Amino acid sequence: MAIYLTKESKVLVQGMTGAEGMKHTRRMLAAGTDVVGGVNPRKAGRSVDFDGRAVPVFGSVGEGIEHTGADVTVVFVPPAFARAAVVEAADAGIGLAVVITEGIPVHDAVALTSHARARGTRVIGPNCPGLITPGQSNAGIVPPDIAKPGRIGLVSKSGTLTYQLMHELRDVGFSTCVGIGGDPVVGTSHIDCLTAFQDDPDTELIVLIGEIGGDAEERAAAHIREHVTKPVVGYIAGFTAPEGKTMGHAGAIVSGSSGTARAKKEALEAAGVRVGSTPTETARHVLEALDVLGGAAPDDAARDGARA
Amino acid sequence: MDLYEHQARELFKEHGIVVPRAEVTDSPERAREIARALGGRAVVKAQVKTGGRGKAGGVRLAADPAEAEEAARGILGMDIKGHTVGTVMLAEPCAIEREFYVSYVLDRASGGFLAIASAEGGMEIEEVAARRPEAVARIPVDPATGVHTATAVRIADAAGLPPQTVDTLVRLWKVLVREDALLVEVNPLVRTVEGRIVALDGKVTLDDNARYRQSRWGDEKSASADSLEARADAKGLNYVKLDGEVGVIGNGAGLVMSTLDVVAGCGARPANFLDIGGGASARVMADGLSVVLSDPGVKSVLVNVFGGITACDAVADGIVRALDEVRPTKPLVVRLDGNNAARGRALLDARAHPLVEQATTMDGAARRAARLATAAATPGQAG
Repeated sequence: MAIYLTKESKVLVQGMTGAEGMKHTRRMLAAGTDVVGGVNPRKAGRSVDFDGRAVPVFGSVGEGIEHTGADVTVVFVPPAFARAAVVEAADAGIGLAVVITEGIPVHDAVALTSHARARGTRVIGPNCPGLITPGQSNAGIVPPDIAKPGRIGLVSKSGTLTYQLMHELRDVGFSTCVGIGGDPVVGTSHIDCLTAFQDDPDTELIVLIGEIGGDAEERAAAHIREHVTKPVVGYIAGFTAPEGKTMGHAGAIVSGSSGTARAKKEALEAAGVRVGSTPTETARHVLEALDVLGGAAPDDAARDGARA
Repeated sequence: MDLYEHQARELFKEHGIVVPRAEVTDSPERAREIARALGGRAVVKAQVKTGGRGKAGGVRLAADPAEAEEAARGILGMDIKGHTVGTVMLAEPCAIEREFYVSYVLDRASGGFLAIASAEGGMEIEEVAARRPEAVARIPVDPATGVHTATAVRIADAAGLPPQTVDTLVRLWKVLVREDALLVEVNPLVRTVEGRIVALDGKVTLDDNARYRQSRWGDEKSASADSLEARADAKGLNYVKLDGEVGVIGNGAGLVMSTLDVVAGCGARPANFLDIGGGASARVMADGLSVVLSDPGVKSVLVNVFGGITACDAVADGIVRALDEVRPTKPLVVRLDGNNAARGRALLDARAHPLVEQATTMDGAARRAARLATAAATPGQAG
């Protein structure tokens, strides 16, 4: 079943005809994603050939939905146009907007996420690698061939750490991996994904990757304590980050005493989450937890495993 | 990017917020003339992008132009928390009756902006919040409507601010939106004995992502105290200088942060953060290596790349070409994993550079780089 994205998902690409859009649309199609169209008002009515498959270009998201029944859009448009692109998609009634674009002004991110929320559209990102349900569909830029389908759900602020953990756990496999992005304002939180994974019968264990800045991980820890019965394994990056310096991601900054990796790790551990000190150790924790599960019914075993 | 106080003052003034008369200079002689023009008395304030100026002696009240010159001479060149004072602002003193605090700040938890206001201004708001949380009002601002008079009245009421501050609250929101700011703070906002509402001190943080549509600050780079950071910045590298001996280069912010932690876990200290991004071309790799190697503190370099979209053989090719261009003098440990890792490793093996060795895991690579750095620091124990 997976979360947010399945083989049934019909995907539009806003910005498909740009260089990044072309490159990643080709990859998404190769990974089995049902890309049903691109959106570009200046190229409406044409189609683009991807290795023998003609993908139509629509003048608007609304037109694309009308012709194809699309329920997902992946946004590659430049930062200056991202706000309008998401507002258009939300107004057209799209269910999920995956915003890959990096460098969107924060005021625009606030506007587009709140606008989408008011219209019932889920935004993932901005500035994220998107999400992948291995073997079914890939919406974004996650390399599709790292890991096979399986029973781990993963949610992460970081793209490369997602790939690293997928690689380490490739033989166990993943239900869905969601890169929520490292910007200060994002549409989908760790908590949203934890809730979805908790309800997903295909997910037995959840990996949560966080990094310095903000308090999303602390809030996720409180949520886990109250609402998550499946085992959760965590990893936090940025223990050595100095105060007041932005570490690559716009949101990765320790301000005064808030947003530190230590505080996040402690909050997660207090909620019963095993937190690895390196990606490799994190992967080992996952394998151990899954062995604990053995052949028992996931829910009961999960509760025991997580609180052991 | 944080603005200087005098830049924040200019923005406030442009948006109709009342600020004291003031002028900026880097010369004590000029400070004397400015004080004279302000009527003799002046507050001389260090312009640095850090808090705690007052406690550090960076703010002085001068009774006459001669004192203003003397104060400026004392403050210019002063070091405040690692920031050297390059300019001072001289402002007309005003007779304060009451001090307030107002700000709009990005609230990551809600994905929107919060108005924060208190009738107890003048000190750090964190201190007020810790001592008397009930004295600080925090009101979420609806992004769809912003702050109009009705919202401003609500904010002022919640914080116990006088109705005269409503106009300032509305104008301050305009500063936030029109300038693409992440934070606008006035502390203190004062009521003078004459009954005027004046913004005595301000802080503004702008959004670097919005530079393309805020041309006014286009030329201004985020001031980088470290020359290596300035050099990296000029080459468009995502580099942060740290105090250690293992140089770190990797792809992706999360993976690089993680690499720093793993190095620290091996008992060494990372010398820097450097994210070369997804492409990792030979050019970027060469630029990155040259910056990292010119850090005198660096004793070894760890290159940690996970090939996702990027193929490791392309990365290895970049490293090989960078080696010819940069000619390293310190040992490099390279870990390549993911897409086309075997071919990438073979390329590096074929190059057989005497200072380059490979590791297959991230933890193993970090251990080795840490050991090389420690060995270099204690001669005679290499290997």
